[in-house]
This record gives sequence, structure tokens and C-alpha cells, in this order.
Amino acid sequence: MKTCVFERHISNDARITGGLLKGWRLIKDRGFAYLLFSLSFLGILPLLLIVGYVLVKGISCINFDFLFSLPVPVGEMGGGIANAIVGSVVLVFIASLFSIPVGILGGLYLNERRSSKLASWVGLSVEVLQGVPSIVIGIVIWMWVVLQMGHFSALAGGVALGVMMLPTVVKSTEETVRLVPESIREGVLALGIPYYKLVLRVLLPMSKGGILTGVLLGVARVAGETAPLLFTAFGNPYFSLSIVKPIASLPLVIFNYATSPYEEWHRMAWGASLILIVFVLVLNLSARFFVSENSLKKVFLSGEKSEGGE
Amino acid sequence: MKMRARYNGSENKIKLKEWLFRMVLTAAGVTIVLLLGGIFFSLFVKALPAIKHNGFYFIRGSVWNPQSGRYGIFSFIVGTLLTSFIALIISVPSALAISVLLSEYLPGYRNGRFFISFLKNATDLLAGVPSVIYGFWGLVFVTPVIRYFEELLHLPVYGVSILAASVVLAIMILPYMASISREVIALVPAELKEASYALGATRYETVGGVVLRYSASGIVASIVLALGRAMGETMAVTMLVGNSNRLPANILRFILGPGNTMASVIANEFAEATNSVYLSSLTEIGLFLFIISLILNGIGKWTVRRFAL
Repeated sequence: MKTCVFERHISNDARITGGLLKGWRLIKDRGFAYLLFSLSFLGILPLLLIVGYVLVKGISCINFDFLFSLPVPVGEMGGGIANAIVGSVVLVFIASLFSIPVGILGGLYLNERRSSKLASWVGLSVEVLQGVPSIVIGIVIWMWVVLQMGHFSALAGGVALGVMMLPTVVKSTEETVRLVPESIREGVLALGIPYYKLVLRVLLPMSKGGILTGVLLGVARVAGETAPLLFTAFGNPYFSLSIVKPIASLPLVIFNYATSPYEEWHRMAWGASLILIVFVLVLNLSARFFVSENSLKKVFLSGEKSEGGE
Repeated sequence: MKMRARYNGSENKIKLKEWLFRMVLTAAGVTIVLLLGGIFFSLFVKALPAIKHNGFYFIRGSVWNPQSGRYGIFSFIVGTLLTSFIALIISVPSALAISVLLSEYLPGYRNGRFFISFLKNATDLLAGVPSVIYGFWGLVFVTPVIRYFEELLHLPVYGVSILAASVVLAIMILPYMASISREVIALVPAELKEASYALGATRYETVGGVVLRYSASGIVASIVLALGRAMGETMAVTMLVGNSNRLPANILRFILGPGNTMASVIANEFAEATNSVYLSSLTEIGLFLFIISLILNGIGKWTVRRFAL
């Protein structure tokens, strides 16, 4: 970020410029500043409102029963979302199982073979995958897994989430490994150490903070995804750990409860929303924490959020 | 001699391991390319019967009736375009204001650093809030307001509507747009700004005449990327848009009444689609959506990258 050297010296009150700036130009300058501040405030306000509202509404629903019991039919009191919490964890776990290894290896490949033709195709594919609407991924995984198995399953949902998570892991690996100085690579290779040991013993350990950040951000992204689960994991009112059966998940439960006409179910949806938001925010915050632990902070943070903006 | 042989042996072993390692890396790369290729191919193959069955009626027909075998998505296209564009109109000013404020105004203020990190972190973290939650909030917060206006205008009272979906979409894409345009604005050379200030320009004149003008293409790219995201957004829109396949003549009635977008049709009907042409037509919508987002993302990312170089 290039900052203007004068910026600090240009006072925002009229003391310095006031003598020269008169009339219409001053009014326009001031007006514009106020406009910017109020527009920004207006933009950020709903975002804060949403989180605040979920916190206030959700906190009253959270109790032991809510967290540790299964849902009950409409009309009965109590009931919880234990199956959805466990289901979300299972889905994210399946997604990670597939996308973390492939993502890290793919990121390494992109780095080490930067100039090859295949690498440019891989890079392009990652960019494109990042932009595929989640509902489209849902359709494709439905064809690939659900149609083949004959029924909805946790496996299908996990794979769908894994596909969504993959680009984040690849990009974070590529970007952090790229930051390892060339001199270190050369030094290691000059010692006669084989290439695979360079990668496994030097490059990966040096960039583990950045990769972990990418994984956490990826998990945070898919943990809240609903659209690809609609016709893959499908949802399940009972407790299930089996990967070949339909499984519940927090976003699906929120969707089903929120669109139902029952007041009691709305209340449950607020509780589930709170848990999901806390889960996602904690993941995001810890991702940030790992980046700040890492000396590669500056480059990485701007790389991740921008998606296409490096 | 013996030592030499052993040395050779271990060298071969290392070479083999090295080769294996490179193969594994390449395999991962190939997997990613195949994954994307497979997604496109599967969509296309599944959509092919519908492409044959529907022909051009798919795009220009406005009757979506699986019973009679008519699959025209014109009203969904209009719904998608309307929700996304209204969302952009609402959120572009705020997103631009936030990015200009962050890079041009706040650094000079006394407590600027604090506000910068607050704004940045708040927008970044809030970008991570799942879209179901935005949808739910919209149902509880935005639809009653819309209902009030519908009563005021003597329109049929629905609440869930194109406008409700647009408002919530606007809130959702704001952090994304703000973060990309902030990065673009940060790339404006300091020399240009300094020259402008040295000529006695006010901050307003510098921002309007130098900063925004210099970064115009990048800002447009950030808007295009946000548009791509808005068009593909599913859950919040599905919850708020009302899911009705109609195309009223009156634009006000259209905006203030329930509609459907391409993504919301898929979300609503895919699990219940029974016959194969129906499924195939829904997949064709998916393919269409995939291609649109491909084009928009391509244009946006290419422009941002060119700008950054």
C-alpha cells in the first residue's frame, strides 16, 4: 500500500487550508467527506445489525437441552439440534479429508512447476472453481455421488463441500510456499538434499502457518454453505454418523426451520444461527491469529481476501 | 568398489523417490484440472436432452411448466438480473465510500489507525457470515418493511419479493466489493496524488479527479465480480424471493412481488424433479449459470490483474 507522503500533513480542519480554500470548493470538499462517512456508516450498519440480532435472539435459546438433544416434532416443547452440530462436523471432516491433501499437493505443484503448461491450466482451473456457484456444485455432486449410490448421503455432502474448499487450500499453499526465499531453496539443494526432502522438511514446515490459515478459512467458508447440501446431504431428523446415510447439518436446519411457519421452530433457527455464526467467526479469527503468528502476514492477508486482486 | 555400489544403489532409490514425489504432485494438479473439466462435462451431458428438447424456447420462453413440458426461463433470467442489479445499485455507493475512506481519508485522521482496522476487520469477518443467516434475517427484518410499502401502494401483500432479495443481496456483496476496490485504490501511485495536492486541489478534487479516475477500470472490475457473486447466490435469495414463476407487465408489481431467480429455481425444484427432461432442464439452468459466472469472473479477474501489473 502506497501512502501519500503529504497525507499526514494535510489537516482535516480548515486551519491550514482554510485561508486558501473558500466558498464553493470548501463546501464541496466538506460535503463529500460527510457523504463518505455517512455512506460507509450506512453500509456497515446492517452487517452489525445482523450479527447483533442473531446474538440477542440466539442466546436465549441456548441451553443444555438445545445442544445435546435431538429435534422434536412441532408442538412439543424442548428439543435440540445435536444431530445437526454433529452432522456439520462430519461433513466438514469428510470435506477436509479430500480437499486438504489434494489442495496442498496442488498448491505445491503450482509453485514448483510454475512455467509448465499444465501448471497454467491448474491455476486457471482453481480460479474458475472459486467462482462456480455453489448450487451448480450441488447438481454435479448429485450426479456423481447420489445418482451412483442411489440415495442421499453424508459422503455426497462432504464431497460437495470439499470441492468448494479446494481452491482456498490450493491458493493459500501456493502463495505461502512462494514466499520462501529462493536462497533457502538453493542452499538446501546445494547440500545435495533431494528435492522431495526439500519440500517435505523445509518448504512445508516453513509455510505451515499460512497453509493452516488457508485450511481454516476454507472450513469457515464451507461450514455455512447450504446450497450444495440441499440435494446431497439432504438433512436427517435423527442422529447419524454413517457416511452412506443422509445427514443433518446446521445450515440446512436453519433453512428448514426459518422457512417453516412455526414460531417455536423460528426460535430454534435463531439458536442454530448463533452457533453457526460463532463457529464461523472463531474459525476466521483463529485463521487471522495463525497469520499474525507467521512472518508472512502482510502478503498473505491481502492475497486471501482479494481472490483475484493480487 | 563396494562403497561405490552402495552409493549407486541409494542414488537410484533417491531418484525413484524423487520421481514418485513429482508424479504425486502432478497427479494432484491433474486431479484439479479434471475436476473442473468433469464438472463442465457432466453438466453438459446431463443438460443435452433439455437443450435438444427446449431449443431457443429455453431462453426466450416465459412459461415454466413441467407438467406440459414447457421450460422457458425468461422470467428467471429477468429475476436474476433484477435482483443483482438492484443489489448493485444499493451497495455500490457504500462499498466505494468504505474503500475510499479506508485508503484516502482515515490514514490522515488522529484515530485513523483504529478505525481502519475496525472497518477492515468488521467487513472481512462479516463477509464470512453464512448466507442462510442473511436470508433468515431478511425474512424477519426486511419482509415486514416491504409488506408495509405494499399495503401503502395498494398492491397484493406478499412481503417476500424481488426487492427483499435485492436488499439482502446488497448487504451480502458489500464487503466483497469493498475489499477488492480498496485494493485497487491502494494501487494508485502516490506521486499522482501528491501532484494533485501540490497543485492546491482539495481532497474531494483529488479523489474525484485522480484516485477514482485512475482506478476506474479496477473499480468496474470489482463491480463485475460482485455481480457474478450476486447472480450465483442461492440460499438467501431462495428464502426471500418468493418463488413464483410469473412475469407481470408492471415493473413495480414485479419488483414488489414474488419472483424467481435461476439459482432459486434449482434450489427449490431439483430434489423434487421427477421426469428426466425436467431434471435435465434444471441442469441446463445450472450450466447457463455456470457459463455466466465464468464469463463475469473472467472479465473481472482479468481486469483486476491487468490493473495490478
